[in-house]
Amino acid sequence: MEPPLRLVVANPLDRLARTIEALLVVASAPLSVEELCAAAEEDAERVETALRLLSERYGEGRTGIVLEQVAGGWAFRASRDAAEACARLFERPVQRGVSQAGMETLAIVAYLGPCTRPEIARIRGVAADSAVAGLVERGLIAEAGRADGAEGGAVRYRTTPLFERVFGLESLSQLPRLEDLGDDADQIRERLHAVAEQRTA
Amino acid sequence: MIVRELELDLDAFEGPFDLLLTLVLKEELDLAEVDVAGIVLGFVERLAERDELDLEACGEFLVLVAALLELKARGLFPDEEAELADLEPEEAAEELARRLAEYRRMKEAAAWLAERLVGERDRFFRLGPAPLAPEPERRLAAQDPEALAGALRLLATAPPTVSLAHMELRFPPVAQFLERFRALLRRRATFDFDHELAGMSRREQAVAFLALLELRRANQITINQAAPFAPIRVSRQERDLTNERTPAWNLRSA
Repeated sequence: MEPPLRLVVANPLDRLARTIEALLVVASAPLSVEELCAAAEEDAERVETALRLLSERYGEGRTGIVLEQVAGGWAFRASRDAAEACARLFERPVQRGVSQAGMETLAIVAYLGPCTRPEIARIRGVAADSAVAGLVERGLIAEAGRADGAEGGAVRYRTTPLFERVFGLESLSQLPRLEDLGDDADQIRERLHAVAEQRTA
Repeated sequence: MIVRELELDLDAFEGPFDLLLTLVLKEELDLAEVDVAGIVLGFVERLAERDELDLEACGEFLVLVAALLELKARGLFPDEEAELADLEPEEAAEELARRLAEYRRMKEAAAWLAERLVGERDRFFRLGPAPLAPEPERRLAAQDPEALAGALRLLATAPPTVSLAHMELRFPPVAQFLERFRALLRRRATFDFDHELAGMSRREQAVAFLALLELRRANQITINQAAPFAPIRVSRQERDLTNERTPAWNLRSA
Protein backbone atom coordinates (compact mmCIF):
# COMPACT_ATOMS: atom_id res chain seq x y z
CA MET A 1 0.00 0.00 0.00
CA GLU A 2 1.21 3.47 -0.88
CA PRO A 3 1.95 5.82 1.98
CA PRO A 4 -0.73 8.50 2.33
CA LEU A 5 -0.02 11.66 0.38
CA ARG A 6 1.41 14.38 2.56
CA LEU A 7 -0.27 17.73 2.34
CA VAL A 8 2.40 20.32 1.86
CA VAL A 9 1.25 23.83 2.60
CA ALA A 10 3.08 25.44 -0.26
CA ASN A 11 1.54 23.05 -2.79
CA PRO A 12 -1.17 24.81 -4.86
CA LEU A 13 -3.06 21.50 -5.08
CA ASP A 14 -3.13 21.48 -1.31
CA ARG A 15 -4.68 24.95 -1.30
CA LEU A 16 -7.40 23.66 -3.60
CA ALA A 17 -7.91 20.61 -1.39
CA ARG A 18 -8.42 22.86 1.60
CA THR A 19 -10.94 24.94 -0.29
CA ILE A 20 -12.84 21.81 -1.30
CA GLU A 21 -12.70 20.54 2.26
CA ALA A 22 -14.22 23.82 3.42
CA LEU A 23 -16.96 23.73 0.79
CA LEU A 24 -17.89 20.17 1.73
CA VAL A 25 -18.05 21.03 5.42
CA VAL A 26 -20.48 23.84 4.73
CA ALA A 27 -22.62 21.85 2.28
CA SER A 28 -25.66 19.98 3.57
CA ALA A 29 -26.01 17.87 0.42
CA PRO A 30 -23.42 16.22 -1.83
CA LEU A 31 -21.59 18.64 -4.14
CA SER A 32 -20.92 17.67 -7.72
CA VAL A 33 -17.55 18.19 -9.33
CA GLU A 34 -19.11 20.95 -11.43
CA GLU A 35 -20.31 22.76 -8.34
CA LEU A 36 -16.90 22.42 -6.72
CA CYS A 37 -15.23 23.73 -9.88
CA ALA A 38 -17.50 26.74 -9.99
CA ALA A 39 -17.00 27.58 -6.32
CA ALA A 40 -13.22 27.04 -6.32
CA GLU A 41 -12.78 28.57 -9.78
CA GLU A 42 -10.69 25.63 -10.90
CA ASP A 43 -10.91 23.13 -13.73
CA ALA A 44 -12.41 19.70 -13.29
CA GLU A 45 -9.19 17.81 -13.66
CA ARG A 46 -7.49 19.62 -10.77
CA VAL A 47 -10.59 19.40 -8.60
CA GLU A 48 -10.74 15.65 -9.19
CA THR A 49 -7.09 15.29 -8.29
CA ALA A 50 -7.69 17.24 -5.09
CA LEU A 51 -10.72 15.04 -4.34
CA ARG A 52 -8.61 11.91 -4.72
CA LEU A 53 -6.12 13.43 -2.29
CA LEU A 54 -8.91 14.15 0.16
CA SER A 55 -10.62 10.77 -0.13
CA GLU A 56 -7.32 9.18 0.75
CA ARG A 57 -7.01 11.41 3.76
CA TYR A 58 -10.62 10.95 4.84
CA GLY A 59 -10.79 7.22 4.23
CA GLU A 60 -12.90 4.97 6.44
CA GLY A 61 -11.01 4.26 9.67
CA ARG A 62 -8.61 7.18 9.39
CA THR A 63 -10.61 9.97 10.95
CA GLY A 64 -14.10 10.40 12.37
CA ILE A 65 -15.08 11.97 9.06
CA VAL A 66 -15.26 10.00 5.82
CA LEU A 67 -15.32 11.56 2.37
CA GLU A 68 -17.45 9.58 -0.04
CA GLN A 69 -18.82 9.76 -3.53
CA VAL A 70 -22.57 9.51 -3.21
CA ALA A 71 -25.76 10.63 -4.96
CA GLY A 72 -23.86 12.08 -7.90
CA GLY A 73 -21.50 14.17 -5.82
CA TRP A 74 -19.07 14.27 -2.94
CA ALA A 75 -20.00 14.55 0.72
CA PHE A 76 -18.68 14.03 4.20
CA ARG A 77 -20.33 11.55 6.51
CA ALA A 78 -19.55 10.15 9.95
CA SER A 79 -17.25 7.16 10.09
CA ARG A 80 -18.95 3.88 10.80
CA ASP A 81 -17.03 3.53 14.08
CA ALA A 82 -18.95 6.53 15.36
CA ALA A 83 -22.37 5.24 14.28
CA GLU A 84 -23.45 4.16 17.75
CA ALA A 85 -22.58 7.51 19.29
CA CYS A 86 -24.31 9.30 16.41
CA ALA A 87 -27.40 7.16 16.89
CA ARG A 88 -27.65 8.27 20.51
CA LEU A 89 -27.86 11.90 19.47
CA PHE A 90 -29.32 11.90 15.95
CA GLU A 91 -32.05 10.17 14.07
CA ARG A 92 -31.34 8.70 10.68
CA PRO A 93 -33.52 9.92 7.80
CA VAL A 94 -35.06 6.45 7.51
CA GLN A 95 -35.05 5.42 11.13
CA ARG A 96 -38.11 3.22 11.06
CA GLY A 97 -38.01 0.37 8.58
CA VAL A 98 -39.75 0.68 5.23
CA SER A 99 -42.65 -1.76 4.75
CA GLN A 100 -42.57 -4.48 2.11
CA ALA A 101 -45.07 -2.49 0.02
CA GLY A 102 -42.85 0.57 0.42
CA MET A 103 -39.73 -1.31 -0.66
CA GLU A 104 -41.40 -2.73 -3.76
CA THR A 105 -42.71 0.69 -4.69
CA LEU A 106 -39.28 2.19 -4.08
CA ALA A 107 -37.68 -0.47 -6.29
CA ILE A 108 -40.14 0.20 -9.10
CA VAL A 109 -39.56 3.96 -8.91
CA ALA A 110 -35.78 3.48 -8.73
CA TYR A 111 -35.66 1.18 -11.77
CA LEU A 112 -38.48 2.48 -13.92
CA GLY A 113 -38.85 6.07 -12.70
CA PRO A 114 -40.04 8.58 -13.37
CA CYS A 115 -43.28 6.62 -13.23
CA THR A 116 -46.86 7.21 -12.15
CA ARG A 117 -48.95 5.57 -9.46
CA PRO A 118 -51.09 3.67 -12.00
CA GLU A 119 -47.90 2.25 -13.50
CA ILE A 120 -46.72 1.14 -10.06
CA ALA A 121 -50.13 -0.38 -9.31
CA ARG A 122 -50.02 -2.27 -12.60
CA ILE A 123 -46.81 -3.99 -11.67
CA ARG A 124 -47.59 -4.63 -8.01
CA GLY A 125 -51.26 -5.55 -8.50
CA VAL A 126 -52.16 -3.35 -5.54
CA ALA A 127 -52.88 0.36 -5.52
CA ALA A 128 -49.74 2.23 -4.56
CA ASP A 129 -51.26 5.40 -3.12
CA SER A 130 -50.38 4.91 0.52
CA ALA A 131 -46.95 3.44 -0.23
CA VAL A 132 -46.13 6.36 -2.52
CA ALA A 133 -47.35 8.89 0.04
CA GLY A 134 -45.19 7.26 2.73
CA LEU A 135 -42.08 7.36 0.54
CA VAL A 136 -42.70 10.99 -0.42
CA GLU A 137 -43.07 11.87 3.25
CA ARG A 138 -39.75 10.21 4.01
CA GLY A 139 -38.16 12.14 1.18
CA LEU A 140 -37.05 8.99 -0.67
CA ILE A 141 -39.09 9.78 -3.77
CA ALA A 142 -40.39 13.07 -5.13
CA GLU A 143 -42.68 14.33 -7.82
CA ALA A 144 -41.07 14.71 -11.21
CA GLY A 145 -43.59 16.41 -13.45
CA ARG A 146 -46.65 14.83 -15.01
CA ALA A 147 -47.11 12.07 -17.52
CA ASP A 148 -48.53 13.27 -20.81
CA GLY A 149 -51.85 12.20 -22.21
CA ALA A 150 -52.49 8.51 -21.77
CA GLU A 151 -52.31 8.38 -17.97
CA GLY A 152 -54.47 11.47 -17.70
CA GLY A 153 -51.55 13.65 -16.68
CA ALA A 154 -50.84 11.61 -13.55
CA VAL A 155 -47.97 12.77 -11.35
CA ARG A 156 -44.71 10.95 -12.01
CA TYR A 157 -42.25 10.07 -9.29
CA ARG A 158 -38.50 9.55 -9.18
CA THR A 159 -36.07 8.76 -6.40
CA THR A 160 -34.33 11.63 -4.62
CA PRO A 161 -30.64 12.22 -3.87
CA LEU A 162 -31.59 11.38 -0.27
CA PHE A 163 -32.54 7.90 -1.45
CA GLU A 164 -29.07 7.42 -2.90
CA ARG A 165 -27.45 8.76 0.25
CA VAL A 166 -29.47 6.60 2.61
CA PHE A 167 -28.71 3.50 0.54
CA GLY A 168 -25.10 4.54 -0.02
CA LEU A 169 -25.36 4.62 -3.80
CA GLU A 170 -23.09 6.70 -5.99
CA SER A 171 -25.88 6.79 -8.54
CA LEU A 172 -28.84 4.66 -9.65
CA SER A 173 -26.51 2.81 -11.99
CA GLN A 174 -25.10 1.06 -8.92
CA LEU A 175 -28.36 -0.86 -8.50
CA PRO A 176 -28.09 -4.51 -9.58
CA ARG A 177 -29.03 -5.05 -13.21
CA LEU A 178 -32.72 -5.82 -13.63
CA GLU A 179 -31.89 -8.70 -15.98
CA ASP A 180 -29.98 -10.40 -13.18
CA LEU A 181 -33.00 -10.37 -10.88
CA GLY A 182 -35.92 -12.81 -10.84
CA ASP A 183 -34.23 -15.57 -12.83
CA ASP A 184 -37.12 -17.98 -12.26
CA ALA A 185 -39.19 -16.19 -14.91
CA ASP A 186 -38.84 -19.14 -17.27
CA GLN A 187 -40.23 -21.46 -14.66
CA ILE A 188 -43.31 -19.25 -14.31
CA ARG A 189 -43.68 -19.15 -18.07
CA GLU A 190 -43.58 -22.93 -18.36
CA ARG A 191 -46.20 -23.35 -15.67
CA LEU A 192 -48.51 -20.86 -17.30
CA HIS A 193 -48.11 -22.49 -20.69
CA ALA A 194 -49.02 -25.82 -19.14
CA VAL A 195 -52.20 -24.25 -17.77
CA ALA A 196 -52.97 -22.69 -21.13
CA GLU A 197 -52.61 -26.05 -22.88
CA GLN A 198 -54.92 -27.71 -20.41
CA ARG A 199 -57.57 -25.10 -21.09
CA THR A 200 -57.39 -25.50 -24.85
CA ALA A 201 -57.36 -29.30 -24.61
CA MET B 1 -64.46 -21.24 13.24
CA ILE B 2 -66.55 -18.39 11.92
CA VAL B 3 -64.94 -16.96 8.80
CA ARG B 4 -66.74 -13.65 9.05
CA GLU B 5 -65.24 -13.00 12.45
CA LEU B 6 -61.69 -13.54 11.23
CA GLU B 7 -59.66 -10.63 12.63
CA LEU B 8 -57.52 -8.97 9.97
CA ASP B 9 -54.54 -6.71 10.40
CA LEU B 10 -53.66 -5.33 6.95
CA ASP B 11 -52.07 -2.10 5.79
CA ALA B 12 -55.35 -0.79 4.46
CA PHE B 13 -57.71 -2.34 6.97
CA GLU B 14 -57.85 -3.60 10.51
CA GLY B 15 -60.88 -5.42 11.88
CA PRO B 16 -63.15 -8.40 11.26
CA PHE B 17 -63.49 -9.91 7.80
CA ASP B 18 -67.22 -9.23 7.48
CA LEU B 19 -66.65 -5.52 8.13
CA LEU B 20 -64.10 -5.53 5.32
CA LEU B 21 -66.64 -7.16 3.01
CA THR B 22 -69.30 -4.65 4.00
CA LEU B 23 -66.98 -1.71 3.41
CA VAL B 24 -65.90 -3.08 0.04
CA LEU B 25 -69.49 -3.69 -1.08
CA LYS B 26 -70.50 -0.20 0.02
CA GLU B 27 -67.47 1.06 -1.91
CA GLU B 28 -66.17 2.81 1.19
CA LEU B 29 -62.92 0.89 0.96
CA ASP B 30 -61.01 0.62 -2.29
CA LEU B 31 -60.41 -3.04 -2.89
CA ALA B 32 -57.32 -2.16 -4.87
CA GLU B 33 -55.74 -1.07 -1.58
CA VAL B 34 -56.45 -4.40 0.09
CA ASP B 35 -53.78 -7.06 0.21
CA VAL B 36 -55.85 -10.19 -0.43
CA ALA B 37 -52.83 -12.42 0.12
CA GLY B 38 -52.67 -10.95 3.63
CA ILE B 39 -56.23 -12.09 4.27
CA VAL B 40 -55.45 -15.62 3.08
CA LEU B 41 -52.37 -15.67 5.28
CA GLY B 42 -54.42 -14.57 8.28
CA PHE B 43 -56.93 -17.31 7.65
CA VAL B 44 -54.32 -20.00 7.18
CA GLU B 45 -52.58 -18.95 10.38
CA ARG B 46 -55.83 -19.14 12.28
CA LEU B 47 -56.48 -22.55 10.76
CA ALA B 48 -53.03 -23.76 11.82
CA GLU B 49 -53.62 -22.59 15.38
CA ARG B 50 -56.73 -24.72 15.66
CA ASP B 51 -55.00 -27.82 14.42
CA GLU B 52 -58.09 -29.34 12.84
CA LEU B 53 -59.47 -29.04 9.33
CA ASP B 54 -62.72 -27.09 9.42
CA LEU B 55 -64.03 -27.91 5.96
CA GLU B 56 -67.08 -25.73 6.23
CA ALA B 57 -65.05 -22.69 7.18
CA CYS B 58 -62.54 -23.40 4.41
CA GLY B 59 -65.31 -23.66 1.85
CA GLU B 60 -66.92 -20.42 2.94
CA PHE B 61 -63.59 -18.68 2.99
CA LEU B 62 -62.68 -19.90 -0.49
CA VAL B 63 -65.93 -18.59 -1.92
CA LEU B 64 -65.54 -15.20 -0.26
CA VAL B 65 -61.91 -14.75 -1.17
CA ALA B 66 -62.49 -15.88 -4.75
CA ALA B 67 -65.24 -13.27 -5.05
CA LEU B 68 -62.96 -10.63 -3.57
CA LEU B 69 -60.17 -11.56 -5.97
CA GLU B 70 -62.45 -11.38 -8.97
CA LEU B 71 -63.76 -7.99 -7.89
CA LYS B 72 -60.25 -6.76 -7.36
CA ALA B 73 -58.99 -8.08 -10.67
CA ARG B 74 -61.83 -6.36 -12.49
CA GLY B 75 -61.11 -3.15 -10.65
CA LEU B 76 -57.41 -3.22 -11.39
CA PHE B 77 -57.55 -3.98 -15.08
CA PRO B 78 -60.78 -2.48 -16.32
CA ASP B 79 -59.62 -2.02 -19.89
CA GLU B 80 -57.34 -4.95 -20.17
CA GLU B 81 -59.93 -7.55 -19.45
CA ALA B 82 -61.12 -7.35 -23.03
CA GLU B 83 -57.57 -6.99 -24.26
CA LEU B 84 -56.48 -10.23 -22.58
CA ALA B 85 -59.66 -12.05 -23.58
CA ASP B 86 -58.88 -11.39 -27.23
CA LEU B 87 -55.58 -13.19 -26.93
CA GLU B 88 -55.06 -16.84 -27.67
CA PRO B 89 -54.45 -18.85 -24.49
CA GLU B 90 -50.84 -19.19 -25.55
CA GLU B 91 -50.42 -15.45 -25.94
CA ALA B 92 -52.33 -14.67 -22.76
CA ALA B 93 -50.06 -17.00 -20.83
CA GLU B 94 -47.05 -15.29 -22.36
CA GLU B 95 -48.41 -11.87 -21.39
CA LEU B 96 -49.16 -13.02 -17.85
CA ALA B 97 -45.73 -14.61 -17.56
CA ARG B 98 -44.17 -11.35 -18.70
CA ARG B 99 -46.04 -9.41 -16.04
CA LEU B 100 -45.35 -11.92 -13.30
CA ALA B 101 -41.68 -11.93 -14.21
CA GLU B 102 -41.64 -8.14 -14.12
CA TYR B 103 -43.18 -8.14 -10.66
CA ARG B 104 -40.84 -10.92 -9.53
CA ARG B 105 -37.85 -8.83 -10.56
CA MET B 106 -39.19 -5.81 -8.68
CA LYS B 107 -39.78 -7.96 -5.63
CA GLU B 108 -36.18 -9.10 -5.74
CA ALA B 109 -35.00 -5.55 -6.28
CA ALA B 110 -36.99 -4.61 -3.18
CA ALA B 111 -35.30 -7.40 -1.26
CA TRP B 112 -31.92 -6.14 -2.44
CA LEU B 113 -32.79 -2.62 -1.31
CA ALA B 114 -34.02 -3.87 2.07
CA GLU B 115 -30.79 -5.74 2.59
CA ARG B 116 -28.79 -2.72 1.51
CA LEU B 117 -30.70 -0.50 3.95
CA VAL B 118 -29.77 -2.80 6.82
CA GLY B 119 -26.13 -2.87 5.68
CA GLU B 120 -26.02 0.92 5.50
CA ARG B 121 -27.80 1.56 8.75
CA ASP B 122 -24.68 3.08 10.30
CA ARG B 123 -24.51 5.89 7.79
CA PHE B 124 -24.82 9.27 9.44
CA PHE B 125 -24.54 12.43 7.42
CA ARG B 126 -25.58 16.00 7.54
CA LEU B 127 -28.95 16.82 6.15
CA GLY B 128 -30.39 20.18 5.41
CA PRO B 129 -32.45 22.20 3.05
CA ALA B 130 -31.03 22.65 -0.43
CA PRO B 131 -28.08 25.00 -0.02
CA LEU B 132 -26.21 26.58 -2.90
CA ALA B 133 -26.25 29.80 -4.81
CA PRO B 134 -27.85 32.90 -3.35
CA GLU B 135 -31.29 33.58 -4.75
CA PRO B 136 -31.20 35.76 -7.82
CA GLU B 137 -32.09 39.31 -6.91
CA ARG B 138 -35.70 40.10 -7.67
CA ARG B 139 -36.01 43.09 -9.88
CA LEU B 140 -39.13 45.20 -9.88
CA ALA B 141 -40.11 47.25 -12.86
CA ALA B 142 -40.20 51.01 -12.32
CA GLN B 143 -43.22 51.84 -10.21
CA ASP B 144 -45.51 54.84 -10.28
CA PRO B 145 -45.92 56.31 -6.77
CA GLU B 146 -49.31 57.63 -7.86
CA ALA B 147 -50.53 54.00 -8.17
CA LEU B 148 -49.62 53.41 -4.53
CA ALA B 149 -51.39 56.61 -3.51
CA GLY B 150 -54.44 55.50 -5.50
CA ALA B 151 -54.50 52.14 -3.72
CA LEU B 152 -54.26 53.89 -0.35
CA ARG B 153 -57.01 56.34 -1.26
CA LEU B 154 -59.29 53.41 -1.99
CA LEU B 155 -58.60 52.05 1.49
CA ALA B 156 -59.06 55.45 3.10
CA THR B 157 -62.66 55.94 1.93
CA ALA B 158 -65.22 55.09 4.58
CA PRO B 159 -67.11 51.93 3.68
CA PRO B 160 -70.85 52.34 2.93
CA THR B 161 -73.10 51.97 5.96
CA VAL B 162 -74.66 48.56 6.14
CA SER B 163 -78.42 48.64 6.32
CA LEU B 164 -79.83 46.98 9.41
CA ALA B 165 -83.43 47.53 8.34
CA HIS B 166 -84.12 43.85 7.93
CA MET B 167 -83.17 43.24 11.55
CA GLU B 168 -85.93 45.48 12.88
CA LEU B 169 -88.78 43.10 12.18
CA ARG B 170 -90.68 42.93 15.42
CA PHE B 171 -93.34 40.38 16.07
CA PRO B 172 -96.12 40.88 18.59
CA PRO B 173 -95.94 38.12 21.21
CA VAL B 174 -98.09 35.06 20.57
CA ALA B 175 -99.31 35.34 24.17
CA GLN B 176 -101.09 38.55 23.29
CA PHE B 177 -103.31 36.74 20.78
CA LEU B 178 -103.74 33.73 23.04
CA GLU B 179 -105.18 36.02 25.69
CA ARG B 180 -107.34 37.79 23.19
CA PHE B 181 -108.82 34.61 21.70
CA ARG B 182 -109.39 33.07 25.11
CA ALA B 183 -111.21 36.19 26.28
CA LEU B 184 -113.29 36.08 23.11
CA LEU B 185 -114.20 32.43 23.67
CA ARG B 186 -115.23 33.10 27.25
CA ARG B 187 -117.81 35.49 25.89
CA ARG B 188 -118.78 33.58 22.73
CA ALA B 189 -118.77 29.88 21.88
CA THR B 190 -117.51 30.53 18.38
CA PHE B 191 -115.95 33.28 16.28
CA ASP B 192 -114.81 33.95 12.77
CA PHE B 193 -111.02 34.07 12.54
CA ASP B 194 -110.80 36.22 9.41
CA HIS B 195 -113.28 38.65 10.86
CA GLU B 196 -111.25 39.06 14.05
CA LEU B 197 -108.09 39.74 12.03
CA ALA B 198 -109.59 42.38 9.83
CA GLY B 199 -107.38 45.44 9.59
CA MET B 200 -104.29 43.76 11.05
CA SER B 201 -100.87 43.76 9.38
CA ARG B 202 -99.63 40.67 7.62
CA ARG B 203 -97.17 40.06 10.42
CA GLU B 204 -99.83 40.28 13.09
CA GLN B 205 -102.04 37.93 11.13
CA ALA B 206 -99.24 35.39 10.98
CA VAL B 207 -98.69 35.53 14.74
CA ALA B 208 -102.44 35.32 15.32
CA PHE B 209 -102.50 32.12 13.27
CA LEU B 210 -99.70 30.70 15.40
CA ALA B 211 -101.77 31.49 18.50
CA LEU B 212 -104.68 29.64 16.89
CA LEU B 213 -102.52 26.57 16.31
CA GLU B 214 -101.26 26.78 19.87
CA LEU B 215 -104.83 26.78 21.22
CA ARG B 216 -105.66 23.83 19.04
CA ARG B 217 -102.66 21.97 20.29
CA ALA B 218 -103.75 22.59 23.87
CA ASN B 219 -107.10 21.13 22.81
CA GLN B 220 -108.97 24.25 23.84
CA ILE B 221 -110.61 24.95 20.49
CA THR B 222 -111.83 23.24 17.37
CA ILE B 223 -111.18 24.73 13.97
CA ASN B 224 -113.42 24.38 10.94
CA GLN B 225 -112.97 25.48 7.39
CA ALA B 226 -115.51 24.46 4.79
CA ALA B 227 -113.13 24.65 1.87
CA PRO B 228 -109.63 25.93 1.14
CA PHE B 229 -109.55 29.71 1.56
CA ALA B 230 -113.04 29.68 3.06
CA PRO B 231 -113.48 31.58 6.35
CA ILE B 232 -112.04 29.81 9.39
CA ARG B 233 -114.52 29.15 12.18
CA VAL B 234 -113.12 28.79 15.69
CA SER B 235 -115.25 27.16 18.41
CA ARG B 236 -114.67 26.60 22.07
CA GLN B 237 -113.84 23.06 23.05
CA GLU B 238 -116.51 22.21 25.56
CA ARG B 239 -114.48 21.53 28.64
CA ASP B 240 -113.08 23.28 31.65
CA LEU B 241 -111.50 26.43 30.37
CA THR B 242 -110.15 27.44 33.77
CA ASN B 243 -107.73 24.55 33.76
CA GLU B 244 -105.62 26.04 31.01
CA ARG B 245 -102.06 25.20 30.49
CA THR B 246 -99.65 28.02 30.09
CA PRO B 247 -98.65 28.05 26.43
CA ALA B 248 -95.51 26.07 26.03
CA TRP B 249 -93.79 28.61 23.90
CA ASN B 250 -93.88 32.19 22.73
CA LEU B 251 -92.58 33.44 19.51
CA ARG B 252 -89.64 35.49 20.57
CA SER B 253 -89.56 39.04 19.31
CA ALA B 254 -86.79 39.25 16.82
